[in-house]
Amino acid sequence: MTTTNDFTLAELVIAAGAEAWRGDGELLATGIGPLPRLAAGLAKMTFAPGLQLTDGEAFLVEEPVPLGPRGDYRPKYTGWMPYGRVFDSVWSGRRHAMVTPVQVDRWGQTNISALGPDFQRPKVALLGVRGFPGNSVSHKNSMFLPNHSQRAFVEGEVDVIASVGFNKARWPAGAGDDFVQLGIVVTDLCVFDFNGPDHAAQVLSLHPGVTFDAVQAATGFPLLRSTGMHETPPPSAQQVALIRRLDPHDVRASVIKGNPPGIRSAA
Amino acid sequence: MNKEKSLKAVVAELRNGMTIGIGGWGPRRKPMALIREILRSDLKDLTIVAYGGPEVGMLCAAGKVRKLVYGFVSLDVIPIEPYFRRARQAGAVAVSELDEGLLVLGLRAAGHNVPFAVTRVGLGSSVMTNNPEFKTVRSPYGDGEELLAMPAIKLDAALIHVSRADPNGNTLTFGPDPYFDDLFARAAARVYVTTEEFVDTIASENPEEMKSNLIEPYLVTCVVPAPLGAHPTISHYAYGWDLDHLKAYAASAGEADGWQAYFDKYLAGDEAGYIASVGGANHIRALPIPTF
Repeated sequence: MTTTNDFTLAELVIAAGAEAWRGDGELLATGIGPLPRLAAGLAKMTFAPGLQLTDGEAFLVEEPVPLGPRGDYRPKYTGWMPYGRVFDSVWSGRRHAMVTPVQVDRWGQTNISALGPDFQRPKVALLGVRGFPGNSVSHKNSMFLPNHSQRAFVEGEVDVIASVGFNKARWPAGAGDDFVQLGIVVTDLCVFDFNGPDHAAQVLSLHPGVTFDAVQAATGFPLLRSTGMHETPPPSAQQVALIRRLDPHDVRASVIKGNPPGIRSAA
Repeated sequence: MNKEKSLKAVVAELRNGMTIGIGGWGPRRKPMALIREILRSDLKDLTIVAYGGPEVGMLCAAGKVRKLVYGFVSLDVIPIEPYFRRARQAGAVAVSELDEGLLVLGLRAAGHNVPFAVTRVGLGSSVMTNNPEFKTVRSPYGDGEELLAMPAIKLDAALIHVSRADPNGNTLTFGPDPYFDDLFARAAARVYVTTEEFVDTIASENPEEMKSNLIEPYLVTCVVPAPLGAHPTISHYAYGWDLDHLKAYAASAGEADGWQAYFDKYLAGDEAGYIASVGGANHIRALPIPTF
């Protein structure tokens, strides 16, 4: 039986990420990428039964579908969710996604589109804005970034604003304060949000063995310490067991460089 | 009616400078046989509108594209389409990069014969500054909200791949997701359909099957029998994507004359030659449909 001293950083991040959906009630929960998807599944199977998940293709399921080759496992479908319906859900606001941007700035604006100053001839073409613009002004969004660094958390503004943040100079005239809703940002170092004064970034918890100064040094914009800043709690034995069931091929081991243990001082 | 035509006859109806929408979604259900015929033709200066997969990269690589209007261009497991990336980084094509949902709204507005669709999507993002022609409108009602007037995206032609079709232009599209093939068809002046199975009639006594019919036959200009015509993309439930082929295609983008070599090896002949060159019909039919 697993003990809570035996977990990886990825497993700690999944448990911390699941918290994004606490209190959301019934809505479509979309975790894009392995760790966010596992986090949504874990939340659904523990404290957030109202979350509605898909199989990663076009169907709703009440039991999260394990990642990767399925063997004898057969998903049990409970609804149909083609992309057309996903947009209807997005635009209604009844969704909370967790995504992995390439760049994030102090306003919580993110970029997955392209790098460099010239959009017509970018230094690096990335994915394009995909659904980020619409997601960001329709429903709550949380983030997971596997490599907390100044390349990801940039000093200035992101090169392309794929998802809208709290840079109100960019907002349309007359937009209300609820135009954008950001949840938590989970990284390999910490959990933070944009709920400080004037939507400043503030650290909610530091992962075991990580100092605030180390997080600040890896961030291109100033961070605040939230009231009650604490150590990110380790996943419980039950959570670790559920994560391992939802990820039988250990895809999560490939997400954070070196797959470090959850308590890095113990490494 | 008999709407059956050959790939060559359809491509002969297309003109330089046209705006052409392509159905499917990334590496899923792309009308690749028709794309390959375009690649063999001298068509050029096209504006391509798509949720792009390999067809967009190939059209860019072959110098067919003047402008791209896209929600994304991706091979999914290969997240960034390699020839699209090259074209973007060289500044070789003009682009209108849209939120995925804005493309839905623009196509729907075109199909409904209205000049724009109102939405919050895009506001506050670089979609507004990178598409400087986009304008906002203020709600005429009490709320006074400012909204994007997403312009209609009218297409000269739409190319879509279906599962089964007959000479009257009746079609069935199988698979977990219709994507937005219906909107591409409604936005287009002419709709060219390639079909996995070409039958005398799709008629059935089972009304449930007709839920797989996405568009009325009056929208369909021509039907081209094109079994295996979506390869190397997925054609539900006939075959999965050809990941080895997509990887080899992606790798070619890293080589000096990679596109020419790809063209010579796979595309220079006809469709029968293409299918043989990628391993034959049995190989394609055995490609598993991936799970996620």
